[in-house]
Amino acid sequence: MPGQENAEYRKANRRDQHDEEAQAPAAKETDSALDGDVDAILDEIDGVLESNAEDFVKSFVQKGGQ
Amino acid sequence: MSVHRIMGLETEYGISVPGHPTLNAMVTSSQIVNAYAYLVSHGARSKARWDYDEESPLRDARGFDMSRSEADATQLTDEDLGLANVILPNGARLYVDHAHPEYSTPEVSNPRDAVLWDRAGVNVMNAAAEAAVAAPGGERILLYKNNTDNKGASYGCHENYLMRRTTAFADIVRHLTPFFISRQVFTGAGRLGIGQEGQTSAFQLSQRADFFEVEVGLETTLKRPIINTRDEPHADPEKYRRLHVIVGDANMSDTATFLKMGTTAIVLSMIEDGYLDTFDAMPVDPVREMHQVSHDTTLTHVIAVSRGRQWTAIDMQRAFLEHAWNYCQSRTDADFDEQTKEVLTMWGDHLDRLQSDRMSVASTIDWVAKLSLLEGYVRRDGLAWDDPRLHLVDLQYADIRSDKGLAARLEQRGRLTRMFDDEEVDRARQQPPQDTRAYFRGECVRRYPESIAAASWDSVVFDIPQREALLRVPTLEPTRGTYAHVSHILDASPDAASLIDALTED
Repeated sequence: MPGQENAEYRKANRRDQHDEEAQAPAAKETDSALDGDVDAILDEIDGVLESNAEDFVKSFVQKGGQ
Repeated sequence: MSVHRIMGLETEYGISVPGHPTLNAMVTSSQIVNAYAYLVSHGARSKARWDYDEESPLRDARGFDMSRSEADATQLTDEDLGLANVILPNGARLYVDHAHPEYSTPEVSNPRDAVLWDRAGVNVMNAAAEAAVAAPGGERILLYKNNTDNKGASYGCHENYLMRRTTAFADIVRHLTPFFISRQVFTGAGRLGIGQEGQTSAFQLSQRADFFEVEVGLETTLKRPIINTRDEPHADPEKYRRLHVIVGDANMSDTATFLKMGTTAIVLSMIEDGYLDTFDAMPVDPVREMHQVSHDTTLTHVIAVSRGRQWTAIDMQRAFLEHAWNYCQSRTDADFDEQTKEVLTMWGDHLDRLQSDRMSVASTIDWVAKLSLLEGYVRRDGLAWDDPRLHLVDLQYADIRSDKGLAARLEQRGRLTRMFDDEEVDRARQQPPQDTRAYFRGECVRRYPESIAAASWDSVVFDIPQREALLRVPTLEPTRGTYAHVSHILDASPDAASLIDALTED
């Protein structure tokens, strides 16, 4: 039944919000873990970014389209 | 009654050859298209050209035609300028539009397929760029799935939805305007730069928003309207209109494309069925709100809605979502299929997460993924927001190469969610969808390449040696010409002549 699915979905959703509230004090730790994770990605991206950012960005000139 | 309807996506790719800023983009775009045409024809020169017979880019959905002399030259898309323009075996169209290579997906019947064949277009472009650089004297041509150079130029990613002709255009305008303004919270591809020329170095949700200047209109290249009135159904005009949506960003994230197509399809269903007749979310100043919603990364901007209501973009989306749940539940179970449920569930989930912790959708929403990279650089390296390196991150996010593109790298690390694996995407690059007329078009191009003189969305034109005149087979009904309808005829026809005989028998 679609109706039941929806009710379940909304219930699950409420539960998620509850969980988030309960976990709020831990948010700081999660943040720094997240930062570490992002830093690993940035290190990888450093290796693929085009060299001479300023010239590269400046020379990306397009004609208008639709 | 669901997310299922005939739809498609057309994407103009940004194009550049580093170190050669003066190269003519029409020429490099043609090189891309011709290189791919050569690749799929295995070296044989394909004769198939675009058939412009049924094109009418100046037909206005409000019921009048613009005269050709009044139209800006850039509006005339049906003039065959001799630019490269081919029909692919997967039913798609690859051509040069203005100064960009453009890939139009074949017509598909649902949002998942729209994602898949849009994604196939990225593979087409990558294969084309590889073939172009391998040609004698070939340069490395870089392609970007974005919508602006941040210097005043914008190019589009258009959505197309087939609609019932009987639906009043005023209703489409009244409901889609607030829907398009507020859907930017999940459709935005992210942009570092505010104003058409990126005058202010601040981040905004959408690549396209600042290029919209009017509420409703026919133009697509200047004075761009939130609701575009171009009315070329490429199908029986008595029965259908094709809604041509030009406000969207080109998305790198599969999920963002899926949500964009799926939520829009369900809203169109509600409009067609009159389900939103008493609902009114029209902003007082739509163009201004289009920009303001995009400029507000906190998602707290309040939109003044008629009758004194004040809604954030998320509130407005929730109102559409609530109607959509009620609408779908009021229909029979058979119509409330799995994919429609998937769209509604993901839609609600994303609105909740965008509100409670937007960074939690960095793996599905482009602007959030891009912003998290930019904020990472600002934090780690202490960069100012106008630093060229940040602008490079913004640009290179949309570089379509799998080794250089930042969205592609995020996907490889599992930081950006994919809906299809490489094998599925490559199959869609080569094969048409089976449940629309694109099947007939693609299969004809694949099976009888030497006998196809031209093709378009609503025709395939055959050149049969035994016959004096060209034979135009109209394909005006997008839901016919499917695998179920024609595969047995195609299988029984070793050549185009026998196919024509079989088609004209009854």
